[in-house]
Amino acid sequence: MIAALICVVSIAALLQFFISYSRSIIAAYRKATLSDQVREVAGISGDVLHGEQFGRLLQLVRLCPQKGDDQGDLSVVQSYYRLLGVFKALGRALSPALSRWAEHERVDCVYFAAVALDRRIAYSRALLAQQMSPQ
Amino acid sequence: MLGPLDYAIMALTFLAELYVVVCLCVSKSRFRYLALNVFMLFAAGVTVGGVLALKHFGVTSQAYGYFYYYTDALLTIALFFVVMSFYQQVFQQMGVGKYVRLASIMLLSATAIFSYLVVRKMPTHHLTNRFVVEMSQNLYFVGVVLTYLLWGAVVKLRETRTRLIQLVLALGIFFSSEAASYALRNLFPSLEANILKWIPPIANTFLPLAWAYTFTKVPEDARLETARVTRRAPAPAGIAAHQHS
Repeated sequence: MIAALICVVSIAALLQFFISYSRSIIAAYRKATLSDQVREVAGISGDVLHGEQFGRLLQLVRLCPQKGDDQGDLSVVQSYYRLLGVFKALGRALSPALSRWAEHERVDCVYFAAVALDRRIAYSRALLAQQMSPQ
Repeated sequence: MLGPLDYAIMALTFLAELYVVVCLCVSKSRFRYLALNVFMLFAAGVTVGGVLALKHFGVTSQAYGYFYYYTDALLTIALFFVVMSFYQQVFQQMGVGKYVRLASIMLLSATAIFSYLVVRKMPTHHLTNRFVVEMSQNLYFVGVVLTYLLWGAVVKLRETRTRLIQLVLALGIFFSSEAASYALRNLFPSLEANILKWIPPIANTFLPLAWAYTFTKVPEDARLETARVTRRAPAPAGIAAHQHS
């Protein structure tokens, strides 16, 4: 009985801590604004983001050379995005509010991935410019 | 018999623990995170000791089992001091650190007594070993409760230090995953061999890795609104979140 109680409470706490941890990482990226270039590359039309764009953006991020400082963030947010996918699917069956919340969060993940892509493109350009510049 | 993955996890854990120690020793905030640094040093020592015990006695030996569970319990208790140091940082300006310390020690003692009473009732010949497993489950759960209360205080007091926020949240993930795995082990012993045996080493690796990452990436003066972490923030400038089910 005690073990069951500890198990339920711990899993609930784990979910809450993980969600907050992921949000704390995403929050740092929300301060950045997206460049026109990344909007064009990622196919972001207008000011509207969709939760489904995350996978495509992540593929683009992986195509760019690594700066080496966002790999951990990407892993955490990717896990968070997967968890949100489960919540969204559960929400469809159980509660539309849960589904809406999960979609909101997935959009934040998309924005995070777009900023990561923007930074990597900027880094690639800087690298290229460095190589092209006369020594 | 341990496989290459087990050794890789151990090596990664040890490197991350050492990295945190070195990172803090060379930083200006080495005294602010003294308890954390001492804990990491202790944890690195235990990781090395674990490998030596494995080589000498083997993974199925009783000696290694005792070493694993007893050092695990000691590390958890040492981690309580880290939690206390975080409490002190959060309540720094309110001057209630003394009461926080007293409450934590009382809670720890109560957990030890409660665990002993639970185990004493069970008819078993392996009392000490059983006690350590039960004790670990309860200690980790006390860690969950303490970290959850700490997180509540962080949110309530609108703590904005990003480093502290991420350190506390990583600790919360560690404690809750360990407590859940020990509780599941008690409930479903058959799951231990395949699934649950991986959770403690992964959690033990996650904590130093997450802390190493925080100390490397997040500067001491970085600030974060806790409201952005606890509830949904408005969409960034120039972006509207498209809603569809």
